[in-house]
Amino acid sequence: MSSEKRPVRVFLVDDHGLFRAGVRAELESITDEVEVVGEAGTVGEAVAGIGHRKPDVVLLDVHMPDGGGAEVLRRARPENPETVFLALSVSDAAEDVIAVIRAGARGYVTKTISSHELVRAVVRVSEGDAVFSPRLAGFVLDAFADRPGAAPISDPELDLLTPRERDVLRLLARGYAYKEIASELFISVKTVETHVSSVLRKTQLSNRYELSRWASDRRLV
Amino acid sequence: MDIERVAEKAAVPADDTEKMRRRRSGRAVAGVAGGVADHLEVKVLWVRLAFSLLAAAGGAGVLAYGLLWVFVPQAKPSVVAKETTRKERQQARGLLALGFGLAIGFGSLTGSVDGWVAGGIGVTLVGVALVWREADESTRRRARTGMTSLLLGEGGRGAIVRVLSGAALVVTGMTLFMVRGVDLDQLQFALLSVLAALIGVAVLTVPFWLRLVRDLGEERTARIRTEERAEIAAHLHDSVLQTLALIQKQADAPREVLRLARGQERQLRGWLYGPAGYGRPSRDGERGEAVKLAEALSQACGEVEDTFAIQVQQVVVGDCELDERLAGMVFAAREAVVNAAKHAGVSEVSVYAEVEPDQVMIFVRDRGKGFDPKAVPRDRHGLADSIRGRMERNGGELRLRTAPGEGTEVQLHMPRVTAGA
Repeated sequence: MSSEKRPVRVFLVDDHGLFRAGVRAELESITDEVEVVGEAGTVGEAVAGIGHRKPDVVLLDVHMPDGGGAEVLRRARPENPETVFLALSVSDAAEDVIAVIRAGARGYVTKTISSHELVRAVVRVSEGDAVFSPRLAGFVLDAFADRPGAAPISDPELDLLTPRERDVLRLLARGYAYKEIASELFISVKTVETHVSSVLRKTQLSNRYELSRWASDRRLV
Repeated sequence: MDIERVAEKAAVPADDTEKMRRRRSGRAVAGVAGGVADHLEVKVLWVRLAFSLLAAAGGAGVLAYGLLWVFVPQAKPSVVAKETTRKERQQARGLLALGFGLAIGFGSLTGSVDGWVAGGIGVTLVGVALVWREADESTRRRARTGMTSLLLGEGGRGAIVRVLSGAALVVTGMTLFMVRGVDLDQLQFALLSVLAALIGVAVLTVPFWLRLVRDLGEERTARIRTEERAEIAAHLHDSVLQTLALIQKQADAPREVLRLARGQERQLRGWLYGPAGYGRPSRDGERGEAVKLAEALSQACGEVEDTFAIQVQQVVVGDCELDERLAGMVFAAREAVVNAAKHAGVSEVSVYAEVEPDQVMIFVRDRGKGFDPKAVPRDRHGLADSIRGRMERNGGELRLRTAPGEGTEVQLHMPRVTAGA
């Protein structure tokens, strides 16, 4: 990639000014790998700001007035296909997390994440990878679990995880880093990334009952 | 016209558009026809015409109008009123007279009722309409002034006069009906007049009863809302405000602040998103049922977080009811987290639990110092007794992965007894 030297341009969206200031200070103080190019406190501001600034990565709060992160994704994503979105939230509710992922976010991390990990996550999504926090991995495993009496699978390609993907997700949920997962499963880090991206794609596109229910609860589908 | 209608729709909240409401302004009698027209999105003229013509069919139109008047609530005062032209008003009056004439005319023509009876009923209806209309007016005034006077509202003398004349008309109409319409002996006549008086009073006070019922409903909703708000306020006060106060007091003890903040965060999270939490739809029936594995585990992790001021990142996939063996397993996991908190020298421990059809697995992992299992002195009981012993007594097993400098992972496996059941 040609952007070895250029910092990742980040746009912050969160309705808490205090939190935005905190993240900005943290990101800018610990590294020059990322640069905060703008911030917004409402859905409208975010859509306008993203269109104007064309950031590489948008750090997106899930819960905001007027529709939250999902609404920002719905309005800003079609016009900014180059921008990737990473959800950053305190919300622990599976339906919220799944909803932003299905609306197009490339990953989900909780606000308690350490600054260094946040920088790693930002850089990783900017390079096109998916970022699964252990919690998101858990939710996705749960959504794809084989439950007795579950709705029949209509599209095995999208509605089932491969055993390998399941292994990767389990290790993610156990708190393993990509490198550790790779050595645990005797595969390359690149392969781990491929599996995670494939799981993300399935999470976004699958019509599995659990996933579409969560999405429709948030009026997404 | 269309633009106005769109504007009117926009002014009403989404959940109200489905319900029919009587018009407040631009009405000839009670706004029923206007309300129906708004609801069906047709011109008022057609609705009025339909009511008038139906009135000829044995008074069906009049009856329908009366019932709609009683059961359809008035539009909210905030709804934008539509301007009515003079022509429209004249048309309305004309159709009203037409309907009335038709009802009485057809009634007497077909001979089902004689002219006197029809006249009596007609006078009664006019009286009823007058009183009900006044009651509608008084609700509006009440909405404006907040006064709680009932039938009369704040209408002053005019209202009293209107209500009394309405009542007088009702009495007159009924008397006419009684005197000329029926031919009975004295006892029957007395009974019938008592009955008629009762009916008269009942009909006249319909708006009053209706309002009583509606007010009760509204009051109930308001009370529920207030209680809800009070509950939230109380909760926030007991938990968040107290913790914030404590944090301010202990600002120079970062460890303590961290502990307080984490404890509070967990509590609030549980309250908001937990199984019995505030953010969930209420499931009263499910409360107090058997404790679930996820809940027990998160409680155990929370205790360790509080005691050792570390962060325990926990992920649980699936859930099941907690039996004795799983309770032992949760306790073993708790001990493993405590060990990590005490010895690993890290600030974060990951706990991952997965419930499978035939077994439950819990992984407790830290990225701390790690140790050499063979080098642990024999007199240290932690891992040996309280974790391995507990697992084995309950039919489970423990695997340990650790090496100096590589962190520690304790893996707990417990077969499920209820598998397949």
